[in-house]
Amino acid sequence: MTIRYTEDHEWISVDGDVATVGITTFAQGQLGDVVFVEVPEAGRALAKGKDAAVVESVKAASEVFAPVDGTVVEGNQAVVEDPSLVNSDPQGAGWFFKMTLANPAQLDGLMDQAAYDAFVEGQH
Amino acid sequence: MSTDSPILTTPLNALHRELGAKMVPFAGYDMPVQYPLGVLKEHLHTRERAGLFDVSHMGQVILRGDGVVDALEKLLPGDLKALKQGRVRYSFFTNDQGGILDDLMIANMGDHLFLVVNAACKAQDIAHLKAGLPGIEVEYLGDDRGLLALQGPVAATVLARFIPDVATMPFMSVVTTSLKGIPVSITRSGYTGEDGYEIGIAPDRTEEVARLLLAEPEVAAIGLGARDSLRLEAGLCLYGHDIDTTTTPVEGGLTWAISKRRREEGGYPGDAVVRRQLAEGATRYRVGIQPEGRAPAREHTEIQDASGQTVGEVTSGGFGPSANAPVAMGYVSAANAAVGTPLSLIVRGKALPAKVAALPFVPQRYYRG
Repeated sequence: MTIRYTEDHEWISVDGDVATVGITTFAQGQLGDVVFVEVPEAGRALAKGKDAAVVESVKAASEVFAPVDGTVVEGNQAVVEDPSLVNSDPQGAGWFFKMTLANPAQLDGLMDQAAYDAFVEGQH
Repeated sequence: MSTDSPILTTPLNALHRELGAKMVPFAGYDMPVQYPLGVLKEHLHTRERAGLFDVSHMGQVILRGDGVVDALEKLLPGDLKALKQGRVRYSFFTNDQGGILDDLMIANMGDHLFLVVNAACKAQDIAHLKAGLPGIEVEYLGDDRGLLALQGPVAATVLARFIPDVATMPFMSVVTTSLKGIPVSITRSGYTGEDGYEIGIAPDRTEEVARLLLAEPEVAAIGLGARDSLRLEAGLCLYGHDIDTTTTPVEGGLTWAISKRRREEGGYPGDAVVRRQLAEGATRYRVGIQPEGRAPAREHTEIQDASGQTVGEVTSGGFGPSANAPVAMGYVSAANAAVGTPLSLIVRGKALPAKVAALPFVPQRYYRG
């Protein structure tokens, strides 16, 4: 299983042909209490860097972008019903959607754990 | 206030940092938007117990001089002649078109009037007062004067531990007193819909008062994020968003703050416009908006009627933690302003169903004796 990160603080965990996408622990901390989540429908085509899902805190709405090109396999209905999962378990039960990868080579352009940790360090 | 001026700090800046606040620039000040508790829990804590807010960024002004009441009535529609000593009133400066320049609180302190105005408007308000009140002394208490708000159902219990008399202060009254020997001016008022107080303090004593109140077990520090969601649920206007120079008191639903005498006599900027709108109705009104789903509709969200016609715009919107639902306010055309009218909110290109809702979204719990 490979985990990669974007500069917009999404994580993508690849397991065989399917990847799971969510927002990082750092991102949920910056957002604060999540009160609303919108996830994409299965079958929707996603383009790298374009809107894929929505996450809203009490104060503000943010977009979740697709880390790579692909097609949605499943949106996580659990976070739609209980948005606080994004705060309590952002890199586990608080995932947003699963997708197939149209171009797995795009993963090479994303950050690994060490690079992302350094990136977050630089945000303070 | 120019944008290149250095950022101002309140007397509690160091305390906010010590408490772990996330600081943001707001109206020229470095202010706490939230503490580690987070906006949601800070909001709920205020509704259940008591929250302490640093609102020292707001402008505190003293007006003194012969004829100050008559003079100030020329700038705003508040009935200051009927404002007894020791009482506080909400009003707003108007322009010649009946638009609102700022909203404010006015306290009658006997030998002077005490005003609290919005942080973002204070420089302009002070200039407006100086120009509009010839012969009246306009004393700005300074960028670093302290103002704390203690809000919530146990605010009275907490503050009465220090000053027993505050427990029975009427809503919208003011006293000058001392808290552990520190001179303070206290009004029973606030911006959350809850019972509570606003406490004016000299800069060098503000942190001391804040620490005394925060040491009480029911009190938590609350940031600007929760202040906004609390006032939105309470149906209270945020200047520059829900009311501004393009909205009149009639459109904004604030005619309760204009007495019968002032409606009849006028004598404030824009009085003809207000009088006409009172008689004939306005073309649009500020209303509460209840989205039917879970998606919040934010400021500037387009509002459509049942036929898909644009009828207005959201001016404040978000998630109401106590309502446990999205809540919003906005302006809609008069034909769509009745409570229960179905509307659509255009959020990310989708029309989401909503209804005009009665304000406030949560019951106001002011002290009524």
